Amino acid sequence: MSPQSHSHTLDTVKHAEQTPEAELPWKELGLKEDEYARVREILGRRPTGAELAMYSVMWSEHCSYKSSKVHLRQFGEKAPTEGPGAEAMLVGIGEQAGVVDVGQGYAVTFKVESHNHPSYVEPYQGAATGIGGIVRDIIAMGARPVAAMDPLRFGAADHPDTKRVLPGVVAGIGGYGNCLGLPNIGGEVVFDPCYQGNPLVNALCVGVMKHEDIHLAKAAGTGNKVILYGARTGGDGIGGASILASETFEDTAGKPAKRPAVQVGDPFQEKLLIECTLEAFHADLVVGIQDLGAAGLSCATSELASNGSGGMQVELDTVPLRDSSLSPEEILMSESQERMCAVVEPEKVDRFLEICEKWEVTATVVGEVTDGDRLEIFWHGEKIVDVDPRTVAHEGPVYERPYARPDWQDALQADDPAKLPRPASGEELRAATLALVSSPNQAAKSWITDQYDRYVLGDTVLAQPEDSGMIRIDAETGLGVAVATDGNGRYAKLDPYEGARLALAESYRNVAATGARPLAVTDCLNFGSPEDPAAMWQFAEACRGLADACKELGTPVTGGNVSLYNQTGEAAIHPTPVVGVLGVIDDVTRRTPMAFRDEGLLIYLLGETKEEFGGSAWSQVAHGHLGGRPPQVDLERERLLAEILISASRDGMADAAHDVSDGGVVQALAESCLKGGKGARIVVPDGLDPFVFLFSESQGRALVAIPRSEEVRFTDMCAARGMPAARIGVVDGEALEIQGRFTLPLDELRREHEATLPGLFG
Amino acid sequence: MARVVVDVMLKPEILDPQGQAVQRALPRLGFEGVSDVRQGKRFELEVEGPVDGDALARIHELAETFLANTVIEDFTVRVQDADGNERPVEAGTDAASEGAVA
Repeated sequence: MSPQSHSHTLDTVKHAEQTPEAELPWKELGLKEDEYARVREILGRRPTGAELAMYSVMWSEHCSYKSSKVHLRQFGEKAPTEGPGAEAMLVGIGEQAGVVDVGQGYAVTFKVESHNHPSYVEPYQGAATGIGGIVRDIIAMGARPVAAMDPLRFGAADHPDTKRVLPGVVAGIGGYGNCLGLPNIGGEVVFDPCYQGNPLVNALCVGVMKHEDIHLAKAAGTGNKVILYGARTGGDGIGGASILASETFEDTAGKPAKRPAVQVGDPFQEKLLIECTLEAFHADLVVGIQDLGAAGLSCATSELASNGSGGMQVELDTVPLRDSSLSPEEILMSESQERMCAVVEPEKVDRFLEICEKWEVTATVVGEVTDGDRLEIFWHGEKIVDVDPRTVAHEGPVYERPYARPDWQDALQADDPAKLPRPASGEELRAATLALVSSPNQAAKSWITDQYDRYVLGDTVLAQPEDSGMIRIDAETGLGVAVATDGNGRYAKLDPYEGARLALAESYRNVAATGARPLAVTDCLNFGSPEDPAAMWQFAEACRGLADACKELGTPVTGGNVSLYNQTGEAAIHPTPVVGVLGVIDDVTRRTPMAFRDEGLLIYLLGETKEEFGGSAWSQVAHGHLGGRPPQVDLERERLLAEILISASRDGMADAAHDVSDGGVVQALAESCLKGGKGARIVVPDGLDPFVFLFSESQGRALVAIPRSEEVRFTDMCAARGMPAARIGVVDGEALEIQGRFTLPLDELRREHEATLPGLFG
Repeated sequence: MARVVVDVMLKPEILDPQGQAVQRALPRLGFEGVSDVRQGKRFELEVEGPVDGDALARIHELAETFLANTVIEDFTVRVQDADGNERPVEAGTDAASEGAVA
């Protein structure tokens, strides 16, 4: 697949000038005809094989964001300019990960990325290297990784291929993360047939540092050395970047599939990289640093050079190899894992190399920063690349893809769930409750999350199944951060604009439910093909929705990732904007867990319950139905709810809080009862239909358990701020009892809720 | 009864962290002169009845679908006779082909 395989002479810059008509495999490398013409125009000649390799990977959808860029701009343009979120922002979009001030001199960096296609091809290694990649983004900012989370989407739970993909993905996340010593504190697992050929494996990492330790990726200072350190470069993942983001792995002409060579990760090497990188940072040895992910050295050299002031020269033949037969093009494209690139002042190089040696990390000076503005790469003394790095890294093609509201959207929205038969009698409501809590999407996920180490490092305060994961940052003051991820593809399919806002609303609510103040957002936007106007419309709408909602809630987007082409043939996945929200809590001992722990606590439902079943879990479980409108979002109400939940936590009024979302009140009640091992007696509020009360998915709601001694103070606060609060019952007994309707013993509830995933995958 | 041996190795371009760990340990233990180590798996299958084309085809299938992960691994199939002599599977049958080219 390497461009060089077409000619055995080294394709130097000089050779390219002398053989202008030589045919290059630009098409096979994923470039379009006009893009190749543009490369020729930029260079004023044909590219060499090595230059073509670089342009093709860096101009791929995956690296260049060429279809999404025009829409992503909104996250900057609409970014909130005032409020706690805006004030806390230290590093925004464009760097390897955003950085947020969390007080007491600490800063937190966090980011979510996709590793979808690799995880479908080879689930274990795909998911494992997904964790590895996001962790390197975090350490490249100068932060110590402290937690990971994995939002996952799979095909139908009972489909045979899900039995291949899910156990591999889960084992890969656990295997890599556990070896690395990183707690996995949450995420999501969602099943839907739309993800059958395109599972979504997103990975989020959180890192902590002091303000003065923030580092940016740039190569400044003429004469500074470029050091490649970490694993040796091998033939894995070559061309992955360009082919990763292509529509399909099968070649249409029936030739061998363009299957990306899978990368195998080594978490122990990654652990050494973390320690080695942080020690070099703390010794103040580093000018700029960049991890090698998609597009490998092509990306690292061109991005470092274009973010710096000068140019860069690289001696490619000095790169340590695992396989000595690799061609220069292959070395430039290789996606071998666990590698990083640092820019170091000449007098500090020896010290840097000593640190690498101490950690048994291979490190090699491969080049230096020059005073020109060219990126020049040499192979045994001959120049094989001579480009303006900005044209490779930042000035790739930008597409205004045509988009159009699909013609089926109206029919989908008109397919109102109001017509679906509903349970009415107590017996029917009981059966519907059991069917809901045992359905794969609503069932306990402990079979999966128990395979992850959630408590290593000793700072995990809350982990799955809590509303958000929470990590203690400072042992003396109790300062901590909470992170939640959410993204309901069913809602987004019904209305991508509202779906993206709903994803933010839920994630924001989940953070606030634990008592943390939401500050900032990272997003992973998983969509179908940008060349399909319908999928592109979904993407454009979701970006607009998320940017608007972030502005309204005052939570800026700090960074993230776009994954397009999640599509098999005509069938795209549901538009799935996964939104991660980071919040701060001044003292983690004040956190609010979800469990009903003590009998006698009063259960309040905050917010208003309306008849909203479009995209609901009930409509899926009971009728396999998807239609109508998603629940309405009222972000002012979400902000108010968050303030109430945070105050209740800070002032010790609430013993438990749990967000009401997928599955409605009955799902939230079941989870809080099971987590605490205590039952609840619930009364359906006057004027509400029992079915609507239990199963509706109206937003802006939460369950709160209040000690009797705090009741007046709590209800006064809600009344003063205009928050509807209804007392719906009391924590009591060994059963979930909906008075006058049905009673579910906790044993039975637990059996149904917890047996589903082990039954399918155990 | 005959024994069929299936050897499974990571493909050459795939990183082998275990092999690397062994290779790094060798000089520490005083064993010099080994420049690379790759570690694989060997399966010895005791087969009932004659090891004919059909049996080998079945073994090839089970190796391809279960013993090896052909996305990242290659495998070879060999037959061992009663004296312990090994012979590679004859060319010309499907089962003779190596996993790498399957």
